[in-house]
Amino acid sequence: MTFLDYAPAPESASILDLKPEYGLFIDGAFVDGTGGTFATISPATEKHITTVQSASEADVDRAVRAARRAYDTVWSRMSGADRGKYLFRIARLVQERARELAVAESLDNGKPIRESRDVDVPLVAAWFFYYAGWADKLEHAGLGSAPRALGVAGQVIPWNFPLLMLAWKIAPALAAGNTVVLKPAETTPLTALLFAEILQQADLPPGVVNIVTGAGDTGSALVTHPGIDKVAFTGSTAVGRAIAKQVAGSSKRLTLELGGKAANIVFDDAPVDQAVEGIVNGIFFNQGHVCCAGSRLLVQENVHDEVIEKLKRRMETLRVGDPLDKNTDIGAINSAAQLERIRSLSEIGEREGAERWSPACELPENGFWFAPTIFTGVDTSHRIARDEIFGPVLSVLTFRTPAEAVAKANNTPYGLSAGIWSDKGSKILAIANDLRAGVVWANTFNKFDPSSPFGGFKESGYGREGGRHGLAAYLAASGGASTVQTEQAATPRKKGTRK
Amino acid sequence: MTDTDTPAAPADRALVRPFDGPATDAALRRFLHGLPGVDAVGLEQRAATLGTRSIKTASKAAALDTIVSLIDLTTLEGSDTPGRVRSLVSKAISPDPGDPSVGRVAAVCVYNDMVGHAVSALGRHHAAAGGDIAVAAVSTAFPSGRASLAVKLQDTSDAVAAGADEIDMVIDRGAFLSGRFGQVYDEIVAVEQACRRPDGSHAHLKVILETGELSTYDNVRRASWLAILAGGDFIKTSTGKVAPAATLPVTLLMLEVVRDWHLATGQRIGVKPAGGIRTSKDAISYLVAVAETVGEEWLSPHLFRFGASSLLDDVLMQKQKIATGRYSGPDYVSVV
Repeated sequence: MTFLDYAPAPESASILDLKPEYGLFIDGAFVDGTGGTFATISPATEKHITTVQSASEADVDRAVRAARRAYDTVWSRMSGADRGKYLFRIARLVQERARELAVAESLDNGKPIRESRDVDVPLVAAWFFYYAGWADKLEHAGLGSAPRALGVAGQVIPWNFPLLMLAWKIAPALAAGNTVVLKPAETTPLTALLFAEILQQADLPPGVVNIVTGAGDTGSALVTHPGIDKVAFTGSTAVGRAIAKQVAGSSKRLTLELGGKAANIVFDDAPVDQAVEGIVNGIFFNQGHVCCAGSRLLVQENVHDEVIEKLKRRMETLRVGDPLDKNTDIGAINSAAQLERIRSLSEIGEREGAERWSPACELPENGFWFAPTIFTGVDTSHRIARDEIFGPVLSVLTFRTPAEAVAKANNTPYGLSAGIWSDKGSKILAIANDLRAGVVWANTFNKFDPSSPFGGFKESGYGREGGRHGLAAYLAASGGASTVQTEQAATPRKKGTRK
Repeated sequence: MTDTDTPAAPADRALVRPFDGPATDAALRRFLHGLPGVDAVGLEQRAATLGTRSIKTASKAAALDTIVSLIDLTTLEGSDTPGRVRSLVSKAISPDPGDPSVGRVAAVCVYNDMVGHAVSALGRHHAAAGGDIAVAAVSTAFPSGRASLAVKLQDTSDAVAAGADEIDMVIDRGAFLSGRFGQVYDEIVAVEQACRRPDGSHAHLKVILETGELSTYDNVRRASWLAILAGGDFIKTSTGKVAPAATLPVTLLMLEVVRDWHLATGQRIGVKPAGGIRTSKDAISYLVAVAETVGEEWLSPHLFRFGASSLLDDVLMQKQKIATGRYSGPDYVSVV
């Protein structure tokens, strides 16, 4: 055994005390639904974890009515300071049960424990702490002296950051005074159900948060329910578009956080070693299941070879395997369906003439796995340069001048994020101004903070999450009726028009 | 050259000079300031991630043995005496008297005037006598380096004449910070000449950058390149007399330079973090950084060393823990 064959260092799943079956969390209790059950499995082993309910239309209705009742009788009448107390309590409980939540997340989602432990769960706590502080200061949110909650929020979240997306949705909604019905993704309901236990521990009044598990039908029942005042969705652009149609013509407010095909732009004056780290973090973090992933590397032609050589060397040290092993860098692909999509787009990339490369790595037999992959020689017309792959697959393109970098970076229907690597501050600021993307990272990538707004341009969606802007998605300005507020008003004006 | 055991002779290295003409301040500045910058946040983040590697069971046992084999067991005190150096040497020869399976350290590192005492105490264990422990001497007006070149060269040749196998020199940080790169370069070249023995062999040269005084990571990268270009066999972080001494980000950065040099020339340069590494856990993070940055091949005394005095004790206690299942304590390892 060589030193680099680190001995297994698995985090034990025995810390979890899972029930064999979970009900729907409605009105403060786990209840049986009427839509049947389904299993959630570990994508790393395909082993059964637990059984959960599929919420029917009637179950969703029950949850929405519970949320409405809680809004009318308790939550809307409670002072901001008291709402804040509950949020602080939730944040502390998340910290106390951090290890357990991290293990559950890695088990159910397939992401490496290093990430769930060091990124996901700490950010979840940070999100609740941050919005807890806002609960009694809403008059300073820039929405007039007495902004009002919207009512009941219906929230549908994806499988890539199950607990973190839950926090992004629930924390600002509760701080602003709304009650919530949330549907976690079909393949990753586990941490939402553990979170429901945390809400019980925190003694949150029944009905303030309801969690209904299920697939697309459950989500559809939720967003179309007439008792919902606000819909918040994070997920694919196709589903987001369908939801926008479903709520069109209703009084519901809508925020969408959808796909992306972010450009990570590396200039020839970049700090090369850190840029390579940033490229790796940009596309291989969370197996590339990140809507803001830096999936298009735009590298200046004169440093292309050096950057790619260093990138390949670095990729050879990535450890793919057991998500619960503390030394794993890349875990399992979340589902068979996602794996199939990644495979098929990668095959298309090869057929289109791009050069495919992966480091030698042994993939486990069971479960869903995909080796980290880069495509060089990609052209802007290739599908792997245009379609969101949502996997550990990087498309490498080149550019010669800053103007060309901007043109290529913006040449996408998406606009969620971008990265710029250069040692020259003035260049970073100038390029950032011209990029049509909601988040632009400079000399870093995939960094999140509850105080920083996050959201997209174009087909990446509308509305912002995080920061003061994230509150605006759950508040009506004082004096204004919530029904005439449009979400676009809360979105920063489109950049990049001065060219 | 690709031989793993011997670093490139400095003369060969001079052939790969990446700049034209003589090593003037201007030529060196153009080259050193043309190196890619270092993003401090990114570097520290990478080092922190490497620090989270979890090295357990068999890997940990192997790592502890490797660490022992990479230690330059050091005493650099004004109060050093021949007796203390003998005591240090005997610990270097048998680190744990109760466990003969514990290997020997790579070298003992002492002040110049103690070299003779270290050599005689080592006897047949001295590298020059066919043994496996080298004697390293800190020279060139260590630790400040504030002396004339003549004094520094005399200091170096004294140590070599007394039997030192390795010379740990300090660069002139004042000259480096004021942009007199040519002076720093020329001094290293001159010291390297002073390392040569009459028989044509030469003592290995470790160039101490004293990164704690260079302030920025960009400076550390430039000084690393400068030291390698001028003929250093090893680049070493610190004297141990300035805080901060070795840190994981600084060492990672120096490993990146060594990796880049190897990619460019095929030559292998050593790295020695020194000062402040006291626990096995810390030292294991350094092994991880080495293995994942330049490759496992560097985990050999020819290419990587720890400059440390108390690290060995912690490693021995960890080894005793693995053997017995119980934590012992400092009373169960010998003091020097």
